[in-house]
Amino acid sequence: MLRLEDVSASYRGLRALQGVSLEVGKGEIVAVVGANGAGKSTLLKAISGQVATEGAIDFEGQDLRRIRPHQIARLGVNLVPEGRRLFPRLSVEDNLRLGAYAKRGDPDRFKPLDLVFSLFPRLQERLAQRAETLSGGEQQMLAIGRALMTQPRLLMLDEPSQGIMPRLVDDILAAIVRIRGLGVTILLVEQRLAEALEIADRAYVLQTGRVVMSGAARDIAGNADVRRAYLGI
Amino acid sequence: MDNLITRRRRGELWIGAVILVVLILLPLPIADAYTRNLIIISILFAGLAQAWNILGGYCGQISLGHSLYFGIGAYVSTLLFVRLGVPPLVGMFAGGLIGGLIALLVGWPCFRLSGHYYAIATVVVAEIGYLLFLNWDFVGGAMGVYIPFKGDSWVALQFRTQKLPYHYLVLAFATATWIAAWVIEGSRWGFSWRAVKDDVIAARSLGVRVFPSKMAAAAISGFFTGMGGAIYAQYVGYIDPDSTMNGQLAILIALPAVLGGVGTLWGPFLGAAVLTPLSELSRSYLGGSGRGVDLMLYGLVIVVVALARPAGLVSLFGIRRRPKGVADGSPA
Amino acid sequence: MTAMVFQVAIGGLLMGLIYALVAAGLSLIFGLMDIVNFAHGELMMLAMFAAFVIWQYAGLDPLMMLPIVAILLFGLGVLIYRGLIARALSVNFNRGMVQIFVTFGLAIFIRGAAQFVFGGEFKSINTGWLAGRTAEIAGVYLPLPQVAASFVCLAAFAGLLLISRTEFGRALEATREDRDAVALIGIDRDHIFALGWGLGAATVGVAGVMLAGFYYVAPNVGANFALIAYVTVALGGFGSLLGALVAGVLIGEVEAITAAVLEPSLKQVGVFGIYMIVLMVRPRGLFGKL
Ligand SMILES: Nc1ncnc2c1ncn2[C@@H]1O[C@H](COP(=O)(O)OP(=O)(O)OP(=O)(O)O)[C@@H](O)[C@H]1O
Ligand SMILES: [Mg+2]
Repeated sequence: MLRLEDVSASYRGLRALQGVSLEVGKGEIVAVVGANGAGKSTLLKAISGQVATEGAIDFEGQDLRRIRPHQIARLGVNLVPEGRRLFPRLSVEDNLRLGAYAKRGDPDRFKPLDLVFSLFPRLQERLAQRAETLSGGEQQMLAIGRALMTQPRLLMLDEPSQGIMPRLVDDILAAIVRIRGLGVTILLVEQRLAEALEIADRAYVLQTGRVVMSGAARDIAGNADVRRAYLGI
Repeated sequence: MDNLITRRRRGELWIGAVILVVLILLPLPIADAYTRNLIIISILFAGLAQAWNILGGYCGQISLGHSLYFGIGAYVSTLLFVRLGVPPLVGMFAGGLIGGLIALLVGWPCFRLSGHYYAIATVVVAEIGYLLFLNWDFVGGAMGVYIPFKGDSWVALQFRTQKLPYHYLVLAFATATWIAAWVIEGSRWGFSWRAVKDDVIAARSLGVRVFPSKMAAAAISGFFTGMGGAIYAQYVGYIDPDSTMNGQLAILIALPAVLGGVGTLWGPFLGAAVLTPLSELSRSYLGGSGRGVDLMLYGLVIVVVALARPAGLVSLFGIRRRPKGVADGSPA
Repeated sequence: MTAMVFQVAIGGLLMGLIYALVAAGLSLIFGLMDIVNFAHGELMMLAMFAAFVIWQYAGLDPLMMLPIVAILLFGLGVLIYRGLIARALSVNFNRGMVQIFVTFGLAIFIRGAAQFVFGGEFKSINTGWLAGRTAEIAGVYLPLPQVAASFVCLAAFAGLLLISRTEFGRALEATREDRDAVALIGIDRDHIFALGWGLGAATVGVAGVMLAGFYYVAPNVGANFALIAYVTVALGGFGSLLGALVAGVLIGEVEAITAAVLEPSLKQVGVFGIYMIVLMVRPRGLFGKL
């Protein structure tokens, strides 16, 4: 479904990605793990068109590098970004509805609301509240909910567990598994190695902008080298 | 590193000296009054733009109200001369001092504002000054003030037929502003100001006292602008609020610096060398008959230069701006 | 005496509503993308000339031509965004000054163009349903073109409020809060910005048409209104619609009172004085968001 070949990206001379090749198959959950500053977020930004890249990024036959960011989102490649990037002064409901803004004219565009509320019932109780007044965990739910409203086919999540207590993390990971169950492909960036590898099918390990290991999630989870050398656990 | 910087700064002095010599010799082979006038006005605006640059460029405070200091300088020296007989050679400095003082008075409330709020406040303050002078009979109101001619004299800065003395007068003025900018660039102040311009919060954390920095920049900038106004008044021999305090004038002062290259030593001069003749020539050749064509041309040039050369015309010459802030290598 | 007080107050209100609407267009664009449009007064001037030309050649009353001119100005706003502002946004150096001076250059260009086409003389629209007519209520005279203009201004404010409640209005608000994040949900910020400029220009266009019904039309008419609009917006708080309305009326009143108490030629000194005082107390204006 998504294939990256030899993708590089840099910020003013600093190479954040160097020749990354990666593949995500339809219906998979693929995890990308690595230490701080390894380039995980940059990888997701590259796919969603927010940083300039070299190489090839192919999504179902289309070269995403030639497409503007909002059009990438309209293709069904959607990112739940680091730091969530909600619209803080707008209500929870407005944030969710805006997820469907690009589909104006489609009478069914608000349908995913049901899914969002069944995944995160708390959001339904807080519809009128401003996004900035939500707790960190609720904000993460809202960010995922907003992305779901766009009816993604490939959902990319950048550290959904950031700043969230362990029990809620399990809830969110469970939600991700459910979302995959509905046919959405998942590309997941996570710091929490064990949890991420538990739900993922395959995983890539990133170190200073390069893929240093890839394979079945179970193998990577069991590999002591990975844990020690690349993740410092 | 230090060596490199001093060498570059010395190089700038040499370039400055060469240009100065060229400008000293420039009017000698030129006989016609029109061209000489054009050069004088251009050099005057080069100095004014450099004065603006000290506040707007080095310190990053986009003032759109410099017409006020210009007008104040013009009125102070003129009224001192007409009413009290103080020679304009002295009045020029008085005008500068009062201009600087007014800049401090304006800065005191306005520097608490940031961004667009600051820019608009400066427009408004200048407009208040303009309206007050327009309605203030003591300073001649809308009628303005004629400066009586009392014989050719360097003390009175009056020369009935000659243009050459004025040429050297504005040249001295522009040179003074350039030297001020040059000194500031290499000084502790210049460092603080650039820090204020780049990031106020970071500047504070570096121990830069932000408000006093802005005030100092405003005072120096206002001083030179007022001085320029005084010189202009003697050159033209007549002042009124429309010719010395009009809001449009504030733009004419800022524009050469912005389009030439803000916060650079040469940008304001280069901008004035291009823009002032362009505006004067297009006004005299297109203004009368074409009705508005001169404005269209001028506006177009502003838009095109701003978009095509956001770093200013100096960037055409490969003069690189110094790296920002702390990485600058200036004394801290 | 009371009639005179009312006369002054009504005069201030009628003018203040026009100021408010001119400022609303400016504020809308500023709030959306943090750009002050220094050609705003020139957009108003163009709308006034459009009204004048339509009146002269088609004999339409200002009230009837409102939609036409609003659409024209909307298109012009979109064009300005696409042609100039989008480029100014994409420079990566000195962006703040580039934005200021690009709109300045545009203002000078438009003024020159208007002078070239229409000449510098004052023109006015002096026939129409309401032209020159006044009503009298208890000794207070109400110039009808101005009364109509005030109602149109209020209606325009209501319209802007309605738009802000629509889905498009939400998208505007979202773009203003995080212009990069909207792309993630498939919103094209350039599209939103362009429509924002269109809307801002159409707003000042409506004000211009109504103003043309009782004010002179000339290439330099915009400059003065623009200055008052900047003051209104800074006073009300950049980006605040309610702020523009309140500050506009306040400024109209202060102007009318200063003119009555002091001297007509000093009326703006009162306005600017109030502005300076308010900014000292509230640097972000009356309703400005921090
Ligand atoms: N906007 C930027 N400008 C300059 N450098 C950046 C920028 N964003 C990221 N970088 C640099 O690129 C490198 C990779 O950053 P990235 O955010 O992709 O790391 P990450 O793997 O997501 O780290 P973390 O786990 O801490 O989120 C880092 O060295 C970072 O400093
Ligand atoms: Mg990251």
